[in-house]
Amino acid sequence: MANKVPKTVILRKQQKTFAQRLNSQGVAGYVFTALFIVGFLAFMIIPMAMSFGFAFTKYNILSPPQFNGLDNFKQMFTNDPVFWQSFKATMYYVVFSVPMRLIMALLIALLLVKKSKASGLYRALFYLPSIVGSSVAIAILWKRMFASDGVVNSLLQAVGIDCNIAWLGRTDTAIWTLIILAVWQFGSSMLIFLSGLKQIPVALYEVADVEGAGPFTRFFKITLPMLTPTVFFNLINQLINGFMAFTQSYIITQGKPRNSTLFYTVYMYQNSFTYNKMGYGCAMAWFMILIVGTLTLILFKTQNKWVYYES
Amino acid sequence: MKHGYQETRRIHTIIYHVFTVIFALVMLYPLIWMVLGSFKNSNEILRNAAKLFPDPWITTNYSTGWAGFAGYGFGTFFKNSFIIAGVSTIGAVISSAIVGYGFARCHFPLKGFWFGCMLLAMMLPFQMIMIPQYILFNKMGWVGSFLPIILPQWFGQGFFIFLNVQFIKGIPADLDDAATIDGCSIYGIFPRIILPLIKPSLVTSAIFSFMWRWDDFLAPLIYLNDPSTYPVSYALKMFSDPTAGSDWGAMFAMATLSLIPIFIIFLAFQRYLVEGIASTGIKG
Repeated sequence: MANKVPKTVILRKQQKTFAQRLNSQGVAGYVFTALFIVGFLAFMIIPMAMSFGFAFTKYNILSPPQFNGLDNFKQMFTNDPVFWQSFKATMYYVVFSVPMRLIMALLIALLLVKKSKASGLYRALFYLPSIVGSSVAIAILWKRMFASDGVVNSLLQAVGIDCNIAWLGRTDTAIWTLIILAVWQFGSSMLIFLSGLKQIPVALYEVADVEGAGPFTRFFKITLPMLTPTVFFNLINQLINGFMAFTQSYIITQGKPRNSTLFYTVYMYQNSFTYNKMGYGCAMAWFMILIVGTLTLILFKTQNKWVYYES
Repeated sequence: MKHGYQETRRIHTIIYHVFTVIFALVMLYPLIWMVLGSFKNSNEILRNAAKLFPDPWITTNYSTGWAGFAGYGFGTFFKNSFIIAGVSTIGAVISSAIVGYGFARCHFPLKGFWFGCMLLAMMLPFQMIMIPQYILFNKMGWVGSFLPIILPQWFGQGFFIFLNVQFIKGIPADLDDAATIDGCSIYGIFPRIILPLIKPSLVTSAIFSFMWRWDDFLAPLIYLNDPSTYPVSYALKMFSDPTAGSDWGAMFAMATLSLIPIFIIFLAFQRYLVEGIASTGIKG
């Protein structure tokens, strides 16, 4: 012990060379993460701050922004029925598509967790739609499929259902074509559920077998509780995805009919880039950040009530 | 008794496979219908939608579609897509590996804070910052070029950084220590020791990055305004607009072509995709 004291003193007295400093973890850490920090400030923080400022201005990008206080928000909440229509359409879409996609993902994951020679192939087949589903190609396909002379009506007629619905033309069905497209892409959630299912200790099921538990008891008492962290993770991811949906509404339905499928992000895009109301668009973005942020926070705060973490 | 049990088991297995295959076919029906539709007459797509196989098989949709619109063929659009997705991916993979190493192996002041920022960047969707980003890039005079789409990719992407951090943390630190004793600096350890070992996470990042950039529609929609610069995603949308006529056969042909790179990646790297999603929960 006594020997060591002078040593550190000597070390401290020595002037560190530039190379030594550079090679210390404190400096190297910043050298390696510098790209991220610069990018984060330049492409996230500065734009966010700008956006916050613009939210309180009238700004058409050609002339300088004019401060107009809370006018954008007043307009949004009290004087813009389309804003509420787009909010309602997005909410409807999220409320139905997210749980349905997760339930579908879980059901198929339960089906595929059973080991067989073909499980790799099945997994790939069910995953495929989610890999291509958000592309423009599929959006165009969907538009054709649900046209009144499209394949959906034709197939329904072929099996004897006299169906001649203009799916995309009715306020009660148009949004469902988008929800079906979202549910169709359950693949990536399914993969996450599959890896969650594989992590459940087999011993738990063995105990259940000994006690004579049926398949439903096994599912609700073992599988589902053990899977809640995965459900939680998927739920947050899919909620954010759902609120941000854009391409589907923009290409398949263009918000029609009567704004019943006008997604929030599409209306925000139209305001900012079609009508050049950048200030209004920023105000809309901040309202959405507030909504999604609050929902995420509520989920995080309530997770100890329903999410089971093995200690 | 035992024979009966085996028999029921076999029947169960058969039912299981029949059900799964039927369901998979129903799921994939739209895709199959589109691919086969690209070999049909446009009339046939409209009149006989329920029919799956083309009669007769034609390939002219591909040549008429390839001719594109506004004087630019799909050759140009594919080239643009490959440039945008390719250069973005190179940047995203390299920068995310470097940043990931910093977070995984170095202890530096405020590291927790910056890591939190990284998670925030990962969660914050592009839609929420697209307006101010556009204003920023517009001020710089970059709107109309690929720069606003590609450049942000070169500063590390949250998901890929996270993926690399997870992966590097799994590599024993003894390797680093041994290299240090041999006189290797922190900057030498990264390319010599770590980089060769994190190939799987680099491949996973590259695959996802390429697929996302290839499919991306919103950023090109905002930033590009000349048909000569359109990537396939945006060109397809313009191609499908009623003003360009409703040649559904040609549209299906180009839509099918636009998915081919994705299909190839899917077939070649399925294992990386599946593991990438399962281990980090990346959205596919």
